[in-house]
Amino acid sequence: MIGWVDALLQGLLLGGLYALFALGLSLMFGVMRLVNIAHGDLIILASFAGYALAAGAGTGPWLALLALGPLAFAAGYALQRGVLNRTLGRDILPPLLVTFGLSIVVQNLLLEVFSADSRSIPGGGIETASLPLAPGLALGWLPLLILATALGATAGLEWCFGRTALGRALRATADDRDTAGLMGIDARHVYALATGLALVLVAVAGVFHGLRTTIAPTDGPAQLLYAFEAVVIGGLGSFWGTLAGGLILGVAQSVGFRLDPGWGLLVGHGVFLVVLVARPTGLFARTR
Amino acid sequence: MTPPVLATRGLTAAYGDAQALFGIDVEIAEGETVAIIGSNGAGKSTFLRAVTGFLPAPPEAVRFRGAPIGGQPPHRIAAAGIALVPEGRRLFPSLSVEENLLLGAYTGRPGPWTLAGVYALFPPLAERRAAPAPTLSGGLQQMAAIGRALMANPTLLLCDEISLGLAPLVIRDLYDALARVTRDGLTVAVVEQDVATARRVSQRLYCFQSGRISLAGRSSELTPDEIARAYFGLDR
Repeated sequence: MIGWVDALLQGLLLGGLYALFALGLSLMFGVMRLVNIAHGDLIILASFAGYALAAGAGTGPWLALLALGPLAFAAGYALQRGVLNRTLGRDILPPLLVTFGLSIVVQNLLLEVFSADSRSIPGGGIETASLPLAPGLALGWLPLLILATALGATAGLEWCFGRTALGRALRATADDRDTAGLMGIDARHVYALATGLALVLVAVAGVFHGLRTTIAPTDGPAQLLYAFEAVVIGGLGSFWGTLAGGLILGVAQSVGFRLDPGWGLLVGHGVFLVVLVARPTGLFARTR
Repeated sequence: MTPPVLATRGLTAAYGDAQALFGIDVEIAEGETVAIIGSNGAGKSTFLRAVTGFLPAPPEAVRFRGAPIGGQPPHRIAAAGIALVPEGRRLFPSLSVEENLLLGAYTGRPGPWTLAGVYALFPPLAERRAAPAPTLSGGLQQMAAIGRALMANPTLLLCDEISLGLAPLVIRDLYDALARVTRDGLTVAVVEQDVATARRVSQRLYCFQSGRISLAGRSSELTPDEIARAYFGLDR
């Protein structure tokens, strides 16, 4: 019995990480209808950047995270303004192709610089510290911190979109780019802000991912898949939905692993498929 | 002498190969209400799209208070002080009424218009301020669209067919509200298919026909016969 409780709790904690993966993807898709195929590779890039700072430059993980945040925002703004804005239009194919190309570039760049070896960001002890709840049941402090961050990020995004002038501008531009222009909104700038924000989330997710597990340059596509599944399960237009999607995916995988060590990912994909068939718009989609 | 608020000189516009405007000269002086009339496809909406930056134009073809603004992107032109109430209202569907109004103030131009001012002009909007924009009736949606444009505190307000699809009583209310706004000195251009309404609310009018100006003059002095000929192009 305690084993199942453990599987459920560990699944929720894993789901916190998936939610962090998914929030950035959800944000970019929600505002620009842009599916960023390089999303997973950018997460791994952030993991390696965190590794280089934390282990290579010796800053430790928290300073590295602090430094990567603004850097990621600037990189996201530049990426959108310089490259991705040019791909947006009636045709949905150009952004897919360009971000797919970006994904390959990032993977090969990481291989070139860091080799194919797996690594992990040294966390100074937090990666193994845990909170014992009962005999045979303990929750890791790091996964708890990740889940709390995911909750905070989701609440922050909902607040930003629902209550601030920037959020209104983002929703209006997503609704009707031309009319937003009439209001004085420069869509290119607003899109770039959205991607900057998305890459800050990617940086946070990447550093946590590198702390929690091992990372290798070709891990990106798998993270993209989890993020994508979480977004689709949760439904578009709601960050709380994305968070729920991440948690559902985490629990499904964790319970699957408990059933049979070979079934974890399969059960996760299975739940995704069931949701896709039963409710193609996702569980918590906000109608637009 | 102060330059006109809006002056176009030989403004042309085309959608791909199809030319829609052939040299439009329009002048709107400060404080004036000008009507632009014409049948479907005469180029009225195209003219507004060219003025607001959605169609390419040489800089000197559109002057706003003397400054060349032709071909600038829409968000710059909006920030300079031209607000458009677009045809079909185009409220943001995922935003509430109040959020739509607040977006009108996005550029942060200083001026008399605030949420309270818009709600005083259109009291029914205040009762529905939290409602999603698409749930409003057509008349209320048009009030919200006008209010949203006023929130920008524009120097020039352009209205594209605000009477379209609305009941006559509602149209009268909307234009009465607009008259209260223009009494305070706002410069307005209304595009209107209904000639009687256009004459009633404006001091001067331009009639467009097949992308050209077929008639221009003081609204009170033009005879119905003159307007009918210019409107339908009978003498061409």
